[in-house]
Formats: sequence, structure tokens, C-alpha cells
Amino acid sequence: MSVPLPYYLGLSAVLFAIGVIGVLTRRNVIVVFMSIELMLNSVNLTLVAYSSFLGDVSGQALVFFVMAVAAAEAAVGLALVIALFRNKQTVNIDQINILKW
Amino acid sequence: MTTVSLVPVAVVLPLIGFLVNGLAGRLLKREALIGAIGSATVGAGFIIGCLLLRELLSLPADHRTFGVTLYSWIAAGGLHTSVAYQVDPLSVTMLLIVTGVGFLIHLYAIGYMHGDPGFWRFFAYLNLFVFAMLNLVMADNFLLLFLGWEGVGLCSYLLIGFWYNRTFESGTTGDAAKKAFIVNRVGDFGFLIGMFLIFSTFGSLQFQTVFGLAERMPVGAPVIVAITLALFIGATGKSAQIPLFVWLPDAMAGPTPVSALIHAATMVTAGVYMVARCSLLYALAPVSLHVVAAVGACTALLAATIGLVQNDIKKVLAYSTISQLGYMFLALGVGAFSAALFHVMTHAFFKALLFLGAGAVIHAMHDEQNIQKMGGLKSVMPVTYWTFVAGAVAIAGIFPFSGFFSKDEILWQAFAGGHWVLWLMGLAGAGLTAFYMFRLVTLTFDGETRWTHGVHPHEAPKIMTVPLMALAALSVVGGIAGIPASLGGGNAMEHWLEPVFQPAMDRLGAHAGHGEATEYLLMAVSLGVALSGIFLARYWYLKRNDIPASLSTAFPRGYTLLMRKYYVDEIYDAVIVRPVARGSEKLLWRIVDVGIIDWSVNAIARITGVIGRTMRLVQTGVTQSYAFIFVLGVVAILGWILAH
Amino acid sequence: MNIPVTPGDLLAIGPISVMFAGALVVLLAESIFRNGEAWNRWLALAGFLAAGTVAFLNTGWSGVAFGGTVATGGFANYCAIVYASAGALSVLLSTDYLRKTGIAFGEYYALLMIAVLGMMLMGAALDLVVFFLGLETMSIAFYVLAAFARSQGTSNESGLKYFLLGAFATGFLLYGIALVYGTTGTTSIPLIRDKAPSLIGTPVFTIGLALILIGLLFKIAAVPFHMWAPDVYEGAPTPVSGFMATGGKAAAFAAFLVLFRPEVLGGEKGLRDVIAVVAAASMIFGNVVAIAQSSIKRMLAYSSIAHAGYILVGVVAANATGANGVLFYLMAYTVMNIGAFGVLAMVENGAGENLHFEDYAGLSAQAPVLSLMMALFMFSLAGVPPFAGFFGKYYVFAGAIQAGYTWLAIVGVLMSVVSAYYYLRLVVMMYFTAASASPRRVGKSSAGLLALGIAVAALVYLGLFPSTIIDVTSRFF
Repeated sequence: MSVPLPYYLGLSAVLFAIGVIGVLTRRNVIVVFMSIELMLNSVNLTLVAYSSFLGDVSGQALVFFVMAVAAAEAAVGLALVIALFRNKQTVNIDQINILKW
Repeated sequence: MTTVSLVPVAVVLPLIGFLVNGLAGRLLKREALIGAIGSATVGAGFIIGCLLLRELLSLPADHRTFGVTLYSWIAAGGLHTSVAYQVDPLSVTMLLIVTGVGFLIHLYAIGYMHGDPGFWRFFAYLNLFVFAMLNLVMADNFLLLFLGWEGVGLCSYLLIGFWYNRTFESGTTGDAAKKAFIVNRVGDFGFLIGMFLIFSTFGSLQFQTVFGLAERMPVGAPVIVAITLALFIGATGKSAQIPLFVWLPDAMAGPTPVSALIHAATMVTAGVYMVARCSLLYALAPVSLHVVAAVGACTALLAATIGLVQNDIKKVLAYSTISQLGYMFLALGVGAFSAALFHVMTHAFFKALLFLGAGAVIHAMHDEQNIQKMGGLKSVMPVTYWTFVAGAVAIAGIFPFSGFFSKDEILWQAFAGGHWVLWLMGLAGAGLTAFYMFRLVTLTFDGETRWTHGVHPHEAPKIMTVPLMALAALSVVGGIAGIPASLGGGNAMEHWLEPVFQPAMDRLGAHAGHGEATEYLLMAVSLGVALSGIFLARYWYLKRNDIPASLSTAFPRGYTLLMRKYYVDEIYDAVIVRPVARGSEKLLWRIVDVGIIDWSVNAIARITGVIGRTMRLVQTGVTQSYAFIFVLGVVAILGWILAH
Repeated sequence: MNIPVTPGDLLAIGPISVMFAGALVVLLAESIFRNGEAWNRWLALAGFLAAGTVAFLNTGWSGVAFGGTVATGGFANYCAIVYASAGALSVLLSTDYLRKTGIAFGEYYALLMIAVLGMMLMGAALDLVVFFLGLETMSIAFYVLAAFARSQGTSNESGLKYFLLGAFATGFLLYGIALVYGTTGTTSIPLIRDKAPSLIGTPVFTIGLALILIGLLFKIAAVPFHMWAPDVYEGAPTPVSGFMATGGKAAAFAAFLVLFRPEVLGGEKGLRDVIAVVAAASMIFGNVVAIAQSSIKRMLAYSSIAHAGYILVGVVAANATGANGVLFYLMAYTVMNIGAFGVLAMVENGAGENLHFEDYAGLSAQAPVLSLMMALFMFSLAGVPPFAGFFGKYYVFAGAIQAGYTWLAIVGVLMSVVSAYYYLRLVVMMYFTAASASPRRVGKSSAGLLALGIAVAALVYLGLFPSTIIDVTSRFF
């Protein structure tokens, strides 16, 4: 018994949307970043599903690249948050607004 | 033909002058040397022009067009354009005007700019201008023409703002320079659109190719109308016609030789030249010709009325220039292309003369430009006075001075073409011209002295008066080139330019015949109008100067209207400049970026709050509003695509 | 998927290999030498020059490497030259700036090189996986570079905003890649192009393409995905802003030309119209808002949005003239915009001041050479011939008219008239305004002046001889 492809695609689309809403609504930079990770992982799910469905391995190869890139982004992103926190003592996204207009 | 290969030399010499003076001018130090380099490079161009003229005249009329290609500029993607010059009667005429008048003005500037700390810079800019102008008139394709077109605009900008630490009217010379540049850019917009349309229609930008293909087009083809109108927008910018004339009076903030060279004799006639160059296209679009004629006639009349009341000696001349340019466009519009070019030439003589004379006066009066504070300069500055009068008589159109022949040719052609309304407007303008010119002469040179205390006027030095005399001589006899057949002349100018304009004239067809009697009658009428203008000005300002004063008190509204130049600047400012600036500041920047975005994020927050109370109300932050816009963009794009 | 890798492949992608090795050497030098920064600037410069030279020597031919996932020579190398020049100019303009703002760390140069490495991968990518890797390599280096002035709040904020929004955009881009992969069954760009005609009208495929498009539109800062650009460019160290605005944009546009070839775009009329509308919106928004700015740096940021719009016009055209125009424009934009930011960096003082219009009053008397160069950059950005900027605009607009997008060209020409207003404002400030009472100190960096001189020379040369570029690029299409 296998779950049909659209189920996977539907699930990952919903996860992606949750991630987008998280980015739009959460105040904490870390949580916003986690929401972005959720978006990336929902894409991974799509890729794996397609890859399995098509019987082609390159989709799964891409997933590994995505995971590696996400790890690099996480390292850079957390470093940026720490640098900012040292200067401003906040990780609250709506207080980061010196640059505007 | 070897002389033709000298054309690039004529064009490039001023560039060399620019480089030498611009790079080493500070080290050269000696004004005489800098001035000599600047003038000689232009003068050499004039000599080459004369050689070309002799060469072309020795050939049969149909074989007077040559091309010189320097190198292939662009040759890819369906575009093939070269840096190439075209030698034909039209371009040689312009070459002679630009370098001849330009040379005299350069000489004059040696005296005028004496002692200025920016002496070398001035001559560098002036040479750069001549280089750009020669590219404009000698180009064999629209792209190179456009390069020169922008180049002269750039130099004009640099030279208007030359004395940047001086104030000019309500602003600085920098403001005047910027205004000139931006108004010109508006015109350039039209030119570029026209150029793109030409390229997409004909697949080429080379004059010969484009006109060759255009010959097969039907008269009145919509695309030709669009092209010619777009190009004409460009011409209204560069040649200061309605509605883009507002920059020229402000351009008087520049040194006077600049006003003479750029804003009277050469650059402002670029629009006339361009329309004449495209005469075939215009002949294929009668609608555009009508627009050109109407705009020209209206400008000629409107600018002349403003000129009636101005008190700044250069302002009067500036409005007079706008008005005379109007005549040239009127001529183009009625299909009298060679008459327009004839007027370009005579106008270059007498208007350069008038500006240089005005410069000598300003110099003598220690930078005073208000004619109400002059008077009685005749005895102090005899050479300036007599040359100035020669120029004024010429522009007023008195027989047998040059202006008479060129202006009369235009009016005659307008009348002969059946455009009697345009003729009437031109005639009225001619009367006004005679009036305001002699008002200027009278107030400046005659009557009581009204100088401020401590001013000691003196005649200008030789280096300035010699160019004045040369230009005066040209203004007097320059009309010989175009004496009409009815007065026993051969109208050499028309025959000389005939090969260039023949294709256009063929399309326009011959005018309905009017007898010579009509022509004599019209000449008499315009001469009479001009003479009465002169007489009125002399009488009012010499004998009865209470009349102008009482007129201005009797019709205060009308006087103010003219004095404030029909409020055109104010209208542009209120209707275009300020709303755009304010709109940019308030609307897009604050309201859209901050207002609408924050508002919509808040709205989303409310909706989310209503849907799920478990979800906390969104605290919006700037970064998230960016992300929100991003998502809106995604939704809009996906929605659009799925809808199609 | 079986990709044989041979040493020959590494040679074939010469510029990329050189860049990669260079970045490693620079990182190594930083840890070995005590004064790593001084070494690194020369090492980085040598690396960019070497990569550029290798690329230049191999533009004449083109092929593929790594089993057809990476293009070599030709188009890829042309792009590599643009990026390497951006890198080399940035190095020359940065040294003095880093010293005066107290952020002279050697890693800076390694990051520049890694960013250029990513750009080169993007330009050479023939596979969505390689494209994605290149994009992220470049972006992650950019995030760090933007936040490089660690102690400055503005720089932190710039980096963080760029990072959050960039990662967010990456999510959409990846989703697009996944959907395109799912509908075509391949990540190879040439294969996708082959299959595209048969998939037109398949909603999932079109949505996938649209999402990739959105990811790229974000990178070039086109409306409405531009919101990050003004903040990021304003907050980042000035030479970095210039580098990101030119190199980053050029890389994304190279990917545009590879992915959205006429065979893809021609069929997807909806997509093409979307790009046209985005281009028009970018030109209008960028130019109009730039007028309202008082900071020159922020003005240049908005103007970069406008320029993204102009270049997009060439993409919309989807013909040879337009594509040539895009490539020419990228080269021209790189030299003129890095130049403009470079002048800003030299006039700016260590505390991030002297960036406003009024600070430039009367600059021509104090620094005539610098002012003249800035004026030329401004004229070129405004599209005044004979400078390079004019021909960039000329080609893209001519391409659009050939393709029947006359309205777009008209909007473009009109907006470039508007742009003259704010570019000229700076020239008026420098030349036609008296200096304010308080004297400012203008940096005298000979390396910086050299870079600016090269940029000016390139600007004039490209304007007088545009064929040198067009002759090369027209072989790619």
C-alpha cells in the first residue's frame, strides 16, 4: 500500500503555508528563522515525494544540498542574531528598525 | 575627393582643443595661449568648411553628397551604426555657421573672460561644445546626431552654471543650469521615442537608408506621423518652443559669449536642423507639418509679446531668440525648408552680434543688465552702438539688411501656401520684433544717462570690437545669399539646398501661383509694419516716455501678465514640479511604504485575530511588513498566471 | 544520475577553480600571517585578476563539464569577467574604507571571493542544483558582508534583514525548483527547456517557473520584492553595497538569461507579461522614490531598483537584441555603480557620515578629480551618451520595441528622464553650490583612485566602442 503523490504534495504545501504565516506573524527572530526552516523542509518533502514517485534520484540529491545549505544559513543567521543582540539587547523583530523609508 | 576626408579633422580639432585646455589649461596659465588654442581649433574647422563649399560647388548639383566613415560603432543584434559623417549642402551650411560664428565668438571671449579664474575651463567647455555641435550637424545617422544632441545639452548645462557662486533671479545659476538640462531631457524623451520608432520601422538609423525606405511609404502613414511628432517634441526642447521654451530665458545666467554661441547662434537651431534633415519624413506627415507651423507661429508671437516689457538686456534678446526660432519652425511647417535654413544663417549673424554687443555693454556697465539703468551710451561706445544698431535693423527686417530677406521669404512662403492666419501672426510678430528691438536700442544707447553713481562706461577692447564689426558686416550683407528672384536675385541659398530638400518638395507639391505683384505688396506691407514698429519705439522711448508708463498703469493686468511671462514658469511649477516632488515624498514614500503597508499588515492582523482567537494579535515589525509585501507579490503573480 | 568527474573538468571551469582555490588561500593566509589583512588584499586582487584572465582567455569557445551540469567558456566566462571585475574593483575600493571604519579583517576578502565564486556558479549553471548552490553560496557570503561592521547597529540590522528576507525568498525559489523538477522529472536546465513547450498550460509547471522567477526577482530587487534593498544597501559598509548591487544583480540576471530563454518565455505569455509589469513598476517606483531621498547612499539603493527594472526590459524582450542589451548593461552598470559607491566610500568618514547631498556642496573645489569622476558616473547612470549607461538602455529598449513591447520602452525612456533629476542634483551640489563652512576631510586612497580611474576609462571606452562587448555577447544567443 502506498500513499498517493497528491497527499504528500498537499501536506508539504500546508507545511509551507504554515511556515510563511509563521514568518509573517512571529516577533522573535529565532522563531521567524525556525519558520523559514519549516518552509525549506516542506520543500524537501515535496522533493523526496517527487523523487520517489518519478523513480529518479536527483531530487533526493538536491534534498541533501538543501539540508547542507540550511545548516550553513543557520550558522550565519544565529551569528547575526548574536551580533545584533550584543548591540541592541533585543531579538524582537519589530524593534529592529533603524533603517527605514 | 580628398577635401571630404578633412571632415573628421574639422570635427576632432575642437576635441583636441578641449583636451589640451581641459587637462593642461591650469598649467598653461597664459590667457593668450589658451584663447589662441581654443579659437584656432574652431577657425581651422571654418577653413575646412570653406574648402568643402568650394569643392561641392564645383560638382553638379546631384553629386554633392558624400559620406566619411570613421569606424563601425555598433554592428550587432540587427543594429548597424557607424561613427560616420555626411557631407552635403545642408551639413556644410551648418558647419560653416557653427565654425564661422563660433570662431568670432571665441575671439570675443578672449577679451570678455579676461581675468576670470576659470578662463581655461571656459575655453575647454566651449571647445567641447563645438565638438558636440559638429557631431550633431555632420552625423550621417540618428544615433550620432543624438550623441551630439546630448553633448551640446551637457555643455550648455556646464556653461550656464559656469559662474556658480552668483545668484540668478530667485535662485542660483546652478538652478538655471539644472532647469535647462531637465527641460531638455523632457525633449530628449520625445527624440528617443522617435528614434526607437524609426529603428523598429525601418530597421536602420542611417539617414540615407531611412529616407530611402521612407520614400516608398504612403503620405500620412500613422507611424510616420508618430515619428515626426516625437522628434518634434525633441526639437521643442532643444530649440525652446512652446511648451518647453521656459529654460532659455534662465539660460542667460551663463556668460554672455555662451548666450551668443549656444543660446542664440548654434545649439538652439539644432531642432530646426533636425526637422530640416528629416524634411522627407515631415513631408510624408502633413499633420505633423501643421503642428510644427502652428507651434512655431504661436511661439514667435508669444515670445515677442513677452519681449516687449522685459528690462534685462539679455532677457529681451532671449525672448527675441525664442521668437525668431518660432519663425524658423513656421517656415519648416509651411514646407519652406530652405527659407528656414536661410533664417538660421542670418539669425546666427545678427543674434550673435546683438548678444556680443549686449555683452560689451554689460562689461562696460560693470555687470549691470537692467536697461532702465543705462541710456546715453551712444557717445561712449560708438563701435558697439553702431554694430548693435546694424543688428537691430537686420532683425527688424529692414531692406536691404539680411533679416529682411530671410524673414520675408518665410512670410511669403506662408502666405503663398495659403496659410494666411500663420502669415498674419508672423507679420504681427515682425512688428513687435521691430518695436522691442528699438525699445532696447533706445533705452540702452540714447537719451539721458541713468547710470548708477560710480559707473564709468568705456568702449570694449579691440579683441571684442573686431568680432562685432565682422558680424555686423555679415548681418548687413548676409542677405545676398537669398535674394529672391522677384528682386532680381538668384536665391542662391534655395538652389544650393535644393538637392537635400527635393524629395520632400516633390511630396508637398507646388504652391498655388501668386503673381510677383502680390509678392511686392507683401514685402511692402511687412516693411511698413517693421518701420512703424521702429518709429513707435523711437517716439515713445525718446520723445514721449510717459506713454509706456501710462500704458502700464492703464492696463496693469496685461502688463503684469507680460512681465511675469504669462506665468508659464509658475504654472509648470504648480502643476508639474511641486506635485511630483510632493507626491514622491508624501505619497509613495510615506503613505505607500509606511501607511498602506502597515495598515494592511494591521488589517491582516485583525482578520487573523477574528479567525483564531488562539493566535495572538500580530505585532507588526518592519521586516515582516517587507515579507508581507513579498507574499502579496507572490499571490498577485500566481493569481495572474492561473487566471490566464 | 551518474556524473563522472575528471581533472579535466576542474580545468574546464577554470575561473571557478581559481576563485575557489583563491578563497582557500586567503583564509589560510589570514590564520598564518600576523598581518593577514595586508596580505589578503593583494592575494584577493591577484585571485580576481587571475580568474578574470583565465575567463577572458577562454571566451572564444564553449562547452560543458561535470556531466553537463556546468557550462564552460562563452557565456559563463563573460559573466565570470563581470563578477571578477566587480570583485577586483571592490578590493581596491575597500582597503582604505576598512581601515578607516576599523573593520580591517582579512576574512572580508575571503568573503568577497566566496561571493564571486557563487556568482560564477550561477552564471555557469546548467542544472537547477548547481544554480541553487551558486545562489546560496553568494547569498550567505552577502549576509555576512552586509553585517561586517560588527559593532555598528545599522550594519547588524542590514545583515539580519537581508538574511531573514533572503532565506524567506530562498524558500519560494526552492519550492519552485521542486515543482519544476516534479513536472519535468529532471533538474537539468537544457532538458527542462526542451520539455517546456509540451508543458505549457500545466498549472504546476507554470507555478514552479513563477516561483523560481520570484526568487530571482528578489535577488535583483525588483518591485514588489525590493523592500529589503534600500535598508540593506544603506546599512551595509559602502563598498559592500556597491559590490552587492552590481555583482549580485549581475549573477541573478545571468541566471535569468539561462533559465528564461525565448523558448520558455515565448510560450508563457502570462509569465512574460508579469515580468513586463514588474519591470515597469520597478522603473517607476525606484526612480520616483529616489527623488525624495536625502542620503546619497539610499538614493543609489532606490536607483538600483530602477536599474533592475531597465535590465528586466531586456529580459522581457526575449530576443537577441534584448539579451545582448542585458549583458552589456550588466557590464556597464557594474563599472558605473561600483564607481559611484566607491566615491561615496572615499568621501565618507569613519563614523558613517558625509553621505548626504548637502555634504557634497562645493566638492569640486576641494576634490576636483573625485568630483569629475562622480559626475561622469552620474551622467552615465542617467543614460547620457556617450557613456556606457546610454548604450545599455539603448539596447534593452530597442529589443523591447522589436518584441512589440513599445509601451514598456516608453515607460523606460520616460523614467530615465525622471532619473536625471536626482542624479543631476548631486552634480549641482558638487559643482554649482558653494561649500559649507565646516570643512570635510576627503579620503585620499591611491588604490581607490586607481579603481575609480579604471571604472571611468571603462565607462568611456564602452560608450565609444560598444561593439567590443556586443560582438562577443552576440555569439551566445
